[in-house]
Amino acid sequence: MENNTAIELRNITKRFGSVVANKNVSIKVEKGEILALLGENGSGKTTLMNIIAGIYYPDEGQIFVNNEEVSISSPHDAFKHKIGMIHQHFKLVDVFTAAQNIVLGLKDEKFKMREISAKAYDIAVKYGFNLEPDKKIYDMSVSEKQTVEIIKVLYRGANILILDEPTAVLTPQEIKKLFAVLKAMKADGKSIIIITHKLNEVMEISDKVSVMRKGEYIGTVKTSETTESELTEMMVGKKVDLKIDRIKSERLNPLLEIRNLEVNSDDGSKAIDDVSFYIRGGEILGVAGIAGCGQKELCEAIAGLRPLKGAIMHKGESIVGLPAKEIINKGISMSFIPEDRLGMGLAPSFSLTDNVMLKTYTEKKGPFVDRKTAREKTREIIKKLNIVTPSTETPVRRLSGGNVQKVLVGREIETCPNVIITAYPVRGLDINSSYAIYNILNDQKRKGVGILFIGEDLDVMLSLCDKIMVLCHGKNMGIVHADKVTKEQLGLMMTGSLDLTELKKEKQYGIAKDSNLTEEQWKKLHEEQEVDGNE
Amino acid sequence: MFAAFLTSSIRFSAAFLYGSTGEIITQKSGHLNLGIPGVMSVGAAVGCVVELGLLKASVSSPILLVLIPLLATVLAGVAMGALFSFMTVTLKANQNITGLAMTTFGVGLSGHIINGIRLQLFTISKASKYYRKLLPFTNSLGDFGKIFFSHGILVYLAIVIAIFAQIILNKTRIGLNLRAVGENPATADAVGVNVTLYRYVATMVGCGISAIGGLFTIMDYMGGKWGYMIEALRWVSFALVIFTLWRPVLAIFGSIIFGGLYIVSSYVTGISLAQIELIKMVPYIVTVIVLIVTSIFDSKNAQPPAALGIPYFREER
Repeated sequence: MENNTAIELRNITKRFGSVVANKNVSIKVEKGEILALLGENGSGKTTLMNIIAGIYYPDEGQIFVNNEEVSISSPHDAFKHKIGMIHQHFKLVDVFTAAQNIVLGLKDEKFKMREISAKAYDIAVKYGFNLEPDKKIYDMSVSEKQTVEIIKVLYRGANILILDEPTAVLTPQEIKKLFAVLKAMKADGKSIIIITHKLNEVMEISDKVSVMRKGEYIGTVKTSETTESELTEMMVGKKVDLKIDRIKSERLNPLLEIRNLEVNSDDGSKAIDDVSFYIRGGEILGVAGIAGCGQKELCEAIAGLRPLKGAIMHKGESIVGLPAKEIINKGISMSFIPEDRLGMGLAPSFSLTDNVMLKTYTEKKGPFVDRKTAREKTREIIKKLNIVTPSTETPVRRLSGGNVQKVLVGREIETCPNVIITAYPVRGLDINSSYAIYNILNDQKRKGVGILFIGEDLDVMLSLCDKIMVLCHGKNMGIVHADKVTKEQLGLMMTGSLDLTELKKEKQYGIAKDSNLTEEQWKKLHEEQEVDGNE
Repeated sequence: MFAAFLTSSIRFSAAFLYGSTGEIITQKSGHLNLGIPGVMSVGAAVGCVVELGLLKASVSSPILLVLIPLLATVLAGVAMGALFSFMTVTLKANQNITGLAMTTFGVGLSGHIINGIRLQLFTISKASKYYRKLLPFTNSLGDFGKIFFSHGILVYLAIVIAIFAQIILNKTRIGLNLRAVGENPATADAVGVNVTLYRYVATMVGCGISAIGGLFTIMDYMGGKWGYMIEALRWVSFALVIFTLWRPVLAIFGSIIFGGLYIVSSYVTGISLAQIELIKMVPYIVTVIVLIVTSIFDSKNAQPPAALGIPYFREER
């Protein structure tokens, strides 16, 4: 039997501290084959690919290249085995030209930039890319940069290419072009592993699909023999019933109404694209979506930290353009737990008391801060949320992740907000701490606070939230009642396969029927903005 | 008069040029080494001690009397660079604080060394003439010869090193890798460039070059008399790095301009002492203006290395 295997992973396990990022993963790619690696965020796809690329070293398991067992302990080893990775965040030096980036790190190449440019150009032409070898990276569009990345690995003679979410940043036309190139490479006998969570792309480009969920390997299926809904089920798993109460509360008026919101991300691309939704008092609105689909930008826009287009009305009054401090004073609280957990909202080297004081220290008159009241308040929070800390004066940095988050959430609630925006409040928490946070949120809900809950775990959102809005690349895919939706349906919406806003246009997702403003007022507001925009 | 001014400017420029070439190489690797004044002081002190030793041992060869102290100075600089890299790369200490500490440490150490040999120090001025040896054809070229060819060997060495550094940085693979390390160490690492090695070596080489500036100041410019001149010049090299937008060849001209501004008061009559200090401020003011202008125009080619001052640890996620 002819063995055509280009690369095979057997029982790969990788841990980061106590977190298992990959558990017993086995995948195999043939020559001239495209394998799609599918999974939600945090399912361990990127970790796995970083293991192949030599960035991480697996704790257990074996890697075979061309049927020989190999050890890949550095990116250099990966190149030696003709493996090239195209990272999601491009690894390019901005002030260098394309050709300089391509040749960077190569040792046995003659150092004549003209020859290098010519060779890079030839490779580009061979597979149907457009490349200007002497153009500086900072003058390039995202898709041009990606081309440089791909040529960079091809230039090194890579036969196995790994692309980490290559389409996330591209326009539909660019994606089409990329896929044509990938097919040309496949015809040339290259093996390609493509990480993505867009199902339609998986169906279009891949020969095989391997699915991962929460670090575990679920299985591999032939693309021709599967369907989008089967893949979604593999990806999100069966619904797990959690014992989180969804308390019933009376239906109150919309507190926060957002219409046609547009927010740009740091690199200038659209992070939130024409999104409308509203939050009632006593309601938890979940926001589901693959990470990086505009959640951060949405939070920052509402909190007044980011310029935006569109309308944000709080109790019928616009808060667009107000300084962050005034938005806080109106009772809108935002807490965002980033991946490193400490990045936002807390000052790591400040004590608990100082951190609790951060939002309220201006309330007292006079030049001195009132540490005494704050300390009492901190004690209350510690008691209420069971925060484990040596004292109220311990720097927050020294607490464990869960306790840090409780401090942040505790402080936000202490300010008695009427709208709580919270993103990933249970990120990395153990079960007990997570439940403590859910209970806090439910308490607030009972008090009539409107809550926007941006989460990762669909099971949690299905149990906790009243309604769920799904974002896919900054677009609203629809808003559904949590008790009337299935996990698969959410999965399809998250991956962009199901767009309820397109399907049921007449339902007008995200527009409250009992809005605080009349339709005429909305219209007027809209027109005023148009005028502003034209000036 | 003007010829004499220009001659002095060029001569004086070498003191800055060594420092700024060294610092440019260091900064291109992403290291911000604020210890250069300390490195210069220690380099000069070590050079003086070795010079004294040679004279005591009755070495009379002019070549050896220049070359051996020069080597000792470079080695002292390299050692300081290794110390800086060890602190910041291996022990992960903050670069700014390490650099400032090295300046304080270096100035103190050099004072300690020099005070130890204070009574014999005058001897080394005998060797100064070898540093200032004229080229054979200088006198036949009139003013032109005087301005450009009347300097000691170290002045020309500074220019040669600057040109050499520019070529290495921009035309070779080593230079490309080095710049990549300073711009985006993660990228360099991902393609197999040894970030730690490059940072160590660049910093050591940079410090070695900077140290010569100290030796030049004492043995050539000051005529073999120890003074705290080096200290007075401490930050001009840094200003020059920014002023020339990290280009060693531009630093040649920049250092002549800065050198001229520093000594212009001796050549123009009617300037009060108070005004001299104002003139000495000009390099810094010009540097700040350059900084503002480049950031207003956001010229990508005129920015400091993107990873300047930022430590790199691979395991971070």
